[in-house]
Amino acid sequence: MGGASLLSALACGVSSSSIGAPPHSFLCPTPNRRRKSRRKVRCAPITAQFELKPPPYPLDSLEPHMSRETLEHHWGRHHRGHVDSLNARIAGTQLEEMELEDVVVASYNKGSPLPPFVHAAQVWNHDFFWRSMEPGGGGKPSGELMGLIERDFGSFERMLKEFKEAASTQFGSGWAWLAYKANRLDVGNAVNPCPSEKDNKLVIAKTPNAVNPLVWDYSPLLAVDVWEHAYYLDYENRRADYVSIFMEKLVSWDIVSSRLHIATARAAERAREDERRRREDDVEITNREAVEMYVDSDNDSEPE
Amino acid sequence: MGFHLLSPSYCCGYQPSPPISHGLLRFRPVTGIPKPSPKGQLHQSRRASKVLAYYGITTPPYKLDALEPYMSQRTLELHWGKHHRDYVDSLNKQLVKSPLYGHTMEELIKVTYNNGNPLPEFNNAAQVWNHDFFWESMQSGGGKLPQGGVLQQIEKDFDSYSNFRDTFVESAMALFGSGWVWLVLRTEEKKLSVVRTSNAICPLVWGDIPIIALDMWEHAYYLDYKDDREKYINTFMDNLVSWHAATVRMLRAEAFVNLGEPKIPVA
Repeated sequence: MGGASLLSALACGVSSSSIGAPPHSFLCPTPNRRRKSRRKVRCAPITAQFELKPPPYPLDSLEPHMSRETLEHHWGRHHRGHVDSLNARIAGTQLEEMELEDVVVASYNKGSPLPPFVHAAQVWNHDFFWRSMEPGGGGKPSGELMGLIERDFGSFERMLKEFKEAASTQFGSGWAWLAYKANRLDVGNAVNPCPSEKDNKLVIAKTPNAVNPLVWDYSPLLAVDVWEHAYYLDYENRRADYVSIFMEKLVSWDIVSSRLHIATARAAERAREDERRRREDDVEITNREAVEMYVDSDNDSEPE
Repeated sequence: MGFHLLSPSYCCGYQPSPPISHGLLRFRPVTGIPKPSPKGQLHQSRRASKVLAYYGITTPPYKLDALEPYMSQRTLELHWGKHHRDYVDSLNKQLVKSPLYGHTMEELIKVTYNNGNPLPEFNNAAQVWNHDFFWESMQSGGGKLPQGGVLQQIEKDFDSYSNFRDTFVESAMALFGSGWVWLVLRTEEKKLSVVRTSNAICPLVWGDIPIIALDMWEHAYYLDYKDDREKYINTFMDNLVSWHAATVRMLRAEAFVNLGEPKIPVA
């Protein structure tokens, strides 16, 4: 995924905010004009393939809380399998030229997911999960993140409790998330599970199988994988213990904080966009009204 | 603990402890498990306490190491001893506060499925039944080919046994997330079919009759096969599936579904 694929994405005008094309078109082969431009390139053919990124630490560095064997299988087989399946499924389609997050949102298709969705989402989810952990992690967050946690949950302990509750009660396979919600009531892509006028920014959500909060336009901050393959070798059926250890010994609060910064910055940018658009609309309406006034005054002068 | 091959569910009434006081009913604390009254489970005499139906865990019809090396003893200890038992305990806990009592397990599943809007008890109830059914779908020295009537019906509805086997394996591999794969007798179409379901759903809710089940939740195979689902499924088909149980279930199913003219031997 480099500059070339970004260029071609811009060329075809695809971006996450303009998914207006009918869903099936993403799976149709790319139109000819794009293929022609690729042939003109002299260097090696660009295949926009997703890569399997390794966790940012050695596979045995999370011992004893998460064993090397688990990571070898979880990353080396499950995660790798999804990357391979994703590349196979999007080859030759418009999804091939999009960023991973855009592929996830597009293939979710407003709740009727297309076949690449499960693979795209699981690739994204697992990347996110590895980066949510660090050797010697755990402890407590601080700064803006802690402030927000205390504001929205009452206390760090309450947030922990709710998070563990969500993770334990996700029936079957799935994920539990801490996410930042930027008060947009119209999320467009799915039923908003926390539709509230209250000014809560942080929410805890649980999702089945491959679904993740990107599809609700939330900004995920932290994830724990509660598919059984994530903990069975180390904890057998004791999911609650796994989630507790995850929170106490593995979570990287630094990463979570930096994700929060990005999320708040993005929310602020969007708010500015909305404000700008509203001001433009206001100007338009004022102009239109001026025209209508003349028309009305003509009618008023006619006798009844 | 007994089990019934034909109807792998039973409901026993016993007084929970501590006793729950309930309005005007008079009751006295029961220390042992009372014998079920001959008139039925819900017979209430003025002396007896209010009887609530609670469910018990059934034991697999073989020792926990009998399926080695295809399914390890450790897997069975966890799968039956922890997962299955947890479902039973959770269900009983839920039923303490719920008006759903007196049902057989099959009835309870249909009622709590609530036509697609499952009540909270559904997951636990269905998983209890599914696991009962699963243990009985396997036997030591299982696998090989079905015999007699089952084989004939499979050949009729799938063209050949290997076609059926391929369909079953494909269906199991295509399942994403947790779930089950079934060989069912469809009551409407009156033929055998392979279906896969998510999480706890079981074909009883659609009125179909399950013949064989394979648990595709990861806890069923992860210790023995890790992520090699294909090997697990093939091993189940080659070495574990109990065609004897399937035959018995087909016989019972034929009492409810008319599969065609009976075979009258020619004189």
